[in-house]
Amino acid sequence: MKSGIVSYGAYIPRYRIKIEEIAKVWGDNPNSIIDGLMVYEKSVPDMDEDTITIAVEAARNAVNRANVNPEKIGAVFTGSESHPYAVKPTSTIVAEAIGATPNLTAADFEFACKAGTAAMQACVGMTESDMIELGLAIGADVSQGAPGDALEYTAAAGGVAYIIGKENILAKIESTYSFTTDTPDFWRREGKPYPEHGGRFTGEPGYFKHVTSAARGLMERMGTKPSDYKYAIFHQPNGKFPTRVAKMLGFSGEQIKPGLVVSRLGNTYSGSCMMGLAATLDIAKPGDRIFMTAFGSGAGSDAFSFSVTDRIDETRNGAPSVEELLANPIYVDYATYAKHKGKIKL
Amino acid sequence: MTVARFWRRLKNLYNLIGTHCEKCGEYHYPPRNLCPKCRRSSRTVPFKFKGLGEVVTYTIIHSSTKDFEKQTPYILAIIKLNEGPHLTSQVICDHKDIHIGMKVRSAFRKLGEESDKGMLYYGTKFVPLVRG
Ligand SMILES: [Zn+2]
Repeated sequence: MKSGIVSYGAYIPRYRIKIEEIAKVWGDNPNSIIDGLMVYEKSVPDMDEDTITIAVEAARNAVNRANVNPEKIGAVFTGSESHPYAVKPTSTIVAEAIGATPNLTAADFEFACKAGTAAMQACVGMTESDMIELGLAIGADVSQGAPGDALEYTAAAGGVAYIIGKENILAKIESTYSFTTDTPDFWRREGKPYPEHGGRFTGEPGYFKHVTSAARGLMERMGTKPSDYKYAIFHQPNGKFPTRVAKMLGFSGEQIKPGLVVSRLGNTYSGSCMMGLAATLDIAKPGDRIFMTAFGSGAGSDAFSFSVTDRIDETRNGAPSVEELLANPIYVDYATYAKHKGKIKL
Repeated sequence: MTVARFWRRLKNLYNLIGTHCEKCGEYHYPPRNLCPKCRRSSRTVPFKFKGLGEVVTYTIIHSSTKDFEKQTPYILAIIKLNEGPHLTSQVICDHKDIHIGMKVRSAFRKLGEESDKGMLYYGTKFVPLVRG
């Protein structure tokens, strides 16, 4: 393939809540939760932030990083499970806000936590076939967990945008492969505010089966092995799952370390894996190879193999790094958090 | 705000679009047809502001019109853009951090909503500039 990442941008709200603060409200033992999830704190959106504003901020950072002319963007796809409108695309608002309208196609994607990587694959197909010059793929969410549900400890807010094209790429997409089945591990019905899940048993047939199948499938097709890669990123609903799946596949702790942002960020759902990739690109050097596998409940996994080019150094300082976005958080208590997340109806 | 009124203003709410007079070099926000300095000889062209500026003065609004009452108390500030023009906007930050001379950047935020089933309005507000 000739296509690759031309630019990328991330966005994380300034607010955080500590796991201890949530545990206090529900009478849970914070240490056992922190140990079990490997998550210490999670991001909280401001009251006037939602998936649309987060997607726009991430997209603007992507446009600015490599000085991309937004009029050359021929497709905008936003993956999320928390689009503010049930009918009315997020992607048209993003396209207008970055100045990409009107000569483009746009649509919103939904596939639990992997809608953003599915959007990346669609952009790759469209640039490879010369339908468009540049495509913008976004993964953004302001995830919700029902008060008191285990998901509340990790459901976070954030977004990441990737501009895909064939020229001036900072990382080549060597190949991509997906593994998809009908597995009811997690869902949310239309009109309901919080998701439901199949509980603890769903990790094996859901996350682990799909991530390992997609990852092995891609390496088999390409004839690569874990040691060929400098870094690896796996979907991170918590810290435990990606750490365990990396080990199962033969990747080391060192390989996944730069991309494992979940401990300080929480699970940004559609942004999760893509945020890990952004954090890894922030420190990657020309020639480094990066392996990534996203997971979405329902269920499916998208695996990617990237190779970083010399262009990475020129675009390094064009937009805030994930590390900069994680720095200087403002901590909130549970009452403020509940107000920000709309759990208390104003 | 009605749907029609929002839609007509959408481009100017999403981005800070003003004008630049190519004759005298002045920048204007909101956009102007004629440069107030050069009048008939003005040469104005549309200009998209970078969105960087500083707080000139501010007030904290405790009681507002119905459209904004869910957001009170909030900060309303006069901001001087780096290119010159002044504008009034909300600044989103901790109320104890706001000060005259604070460096800010424009941000894309939700401005409000018609009702719980109505349209969502988005546009520009300002936040502290974290990155120099
Ligand atoms: Zn003039």
